[in-house]
Amino acid sequence: MRSHDGTGEQPGRSGSTSLTADSAPPFEPSSAGGRTSTYEIVRRKHPWRFAAAIAVLLLLALLAYGAANAHQLHWSVTGHYLFNRSVLTGVLRTLEITAAAMLLGLALGVIFGIMRSSHNPVLRGVAWLYVWAFRGTPIILQLFLWFNLALIFPRIDIPGIVRGTTVNLITPFLAALLGFGINEGAYMSEIIRGGLLSVPPGQTEAALSLGASHAWTTRRIVLPQAFRVILPAIGNDTLQMLKLTSLAAFISFNELFGTTESIYYANSEVIELLLVAGAWYLVASSVLSVVQYYVERKFGRGFQRGRQQALVERVVLRAMVRLRTRAV
Amino acid sequence: MPSDRASKEGNRTVVECHAVVKSFASVHVLRAVDLEVKESEVLCILGPSGAGKSTLLRCINHLEGIDGGWIKVTDQIIGYELRGGKLHELSERAVRRQRGLCGMVFQHFNLFPHFTALQNVMLGPVEILKEPRGEVEARSRLLLDRVGLASKVSAYPSQLSGGQQQRVAIARALAMNPRVLLFDEPTSALDPEVVGEVLRVMLELAEEGRTMIVVTHEVGFAREAADRVAFMFDGRITEIGLARAVLEKPSEARTAEFLSHVLV
Repeated sequence: MRSHDGTGEQPGRSGSTSLTADSAPPFEPSSAGGRTSTYEIVRRKHPWRFAAAIAVLLLLALLAYGAANAHQLHWSVTGHYLFNRSVLTGVLRTLEITAAAMLLGLALGVIFGIMRSSHNPVLRGVAWLYVWAFRGTPIILQLFLWFNLALIFPRIDIPGIVRGTTVNLITPFLAALLGFGINEGAYMSEIIRGGLLSVPPGQTEAALSLGASHAWTTRRIVLPQAFRVILPAIGNDTLQMLKLTSLAAFISFNELFGTTESIYYANSEVIELLLVAGAWYLVASSVLSVVQYYVERKFGRGFQRGRQQALVERVVLRAMVRLRTRAV
Repeated sequence: MPSDRASKEGNRTVVECHAVVKSFASVHVLRAVDLEVKESEVLCILGPSGAGKSTLLRCINHLEGIDGGWIKVTDQIIGYELRGGKLHELSERAVRRQRGLCGMVFQHFNLFPHFTALQNVMLGPVEILKEPRGEVEARSRLLLDRVGLASKVSAYPSQLSGGQQQRVAIARALAMNPRVLLFDEPTSALDPEVVGEVLRVMLELAEEGRTMIVVTHEVGFAREAADRVAFMFDGRITEIGLARAVLEKPSEARTAEFLSHVLV
């Protein structure tokens, strides 16, 4: 079947074989250009798009005006405390507990994720129980449980490892680490299990047929491929953990939120200090997002979907170049 | 090739299957399969899907255990050890060592997508056989060159066509220096225009005297490359013989009917 090719000529067209040609309107080239001329294409107008943009910008301007003229809000206090020494220490503590909890969560997640995919029903059952218990109860409850461990076990005696009174051993940091890390591990094990399931069984077979052990196959073939699927979820959990760690303030661990809290208890500049904390959380989560992008790219080797990846990269690179030229 | 055929009769036996039985749950996939493949012989296995062809290959390198009979590659019973009149399942370590006897090429290539072509070929010898890296790399480059992919050593599988991926997979199998190559429908997942390049590589391997068992639907390849052809139906080898004889004058009605469908 012949279609219109824009030349205005349809040689050898026979009505009986070409349905579209029969029903199509007569073709009229737009004057001057003769046989190679084409029609001008007029884009559709979007008046409402414009109106919506104006409305939203107006509302935003109102909000900004309101904030700027809120004389109750002491912006100078916010500015003053932004780089306050104890606030900065709080930022550091937040980053520390986030990193430590995510590492513990990742380790537990890999172990229990592999256990849940095991052929051994006991291992599978225990892993299920772990996920069930720690995913099914509030994190704040778990934090308090670890913090108050001394109430049930006054002394901890693990020969050769630790020995002492629980009150001394379980510092606020350790309680927070156990609470967040073990909780994260429960979520992480499900993420890992999903990642393992996403690797086609042919990969394992190919490795085994090379004479590889199961351990080697998991470590070199399955996990690296699973991580490509797992990473976005880990990034998501890390961002969530960053903010979740503010709950550690309730077990007297002085991270960012707890620190600003204790400052406003003293000076009553509540909103100003909450804004300080908010600004730092935003900075940290923005940095983490960038880190996530690069880590994902590293584990994505061999999986590039050509153009799509290149586009993201181009946008980032262009932004970086622009920043650099501005700095110069 | 045809002229060598007679000489392979006297060769050493590389693969021997005796009364091999295999079932998945209540489905009998292999019902007493007997088979013998000699050194540098090429055997093509043809038959309808579900006949047990792939399962037989997977049993030969113990990706699947068997429920009866035995399989020998060279002089070793695969996956089991004869002790006190019984076949005891071998340890994982021993099974791993035996897998080196067979090189497997899969229908869907199963290249490792996070490694380059060269890394895919080198991985086994370097990390599993612990051979020196420099030596393996030189050998792997030669192998990739032999399958016509010298320019693609640093390409990832996703950057290669199906035909190219399958040729890397063949190089990967060869790098382990196996005694027998097992091909599981190596061209079934390929676009028609690249089937030829893979078959050409396989033909070269056959000509250089590799021992090969090829499960395939490519009757043309079987006619050209195989010394013998076996037909499988419903878990049994129903007909086996010299390639030309079986393909041109099958003695079984089922074989003739299958061939008439495949050849069209």
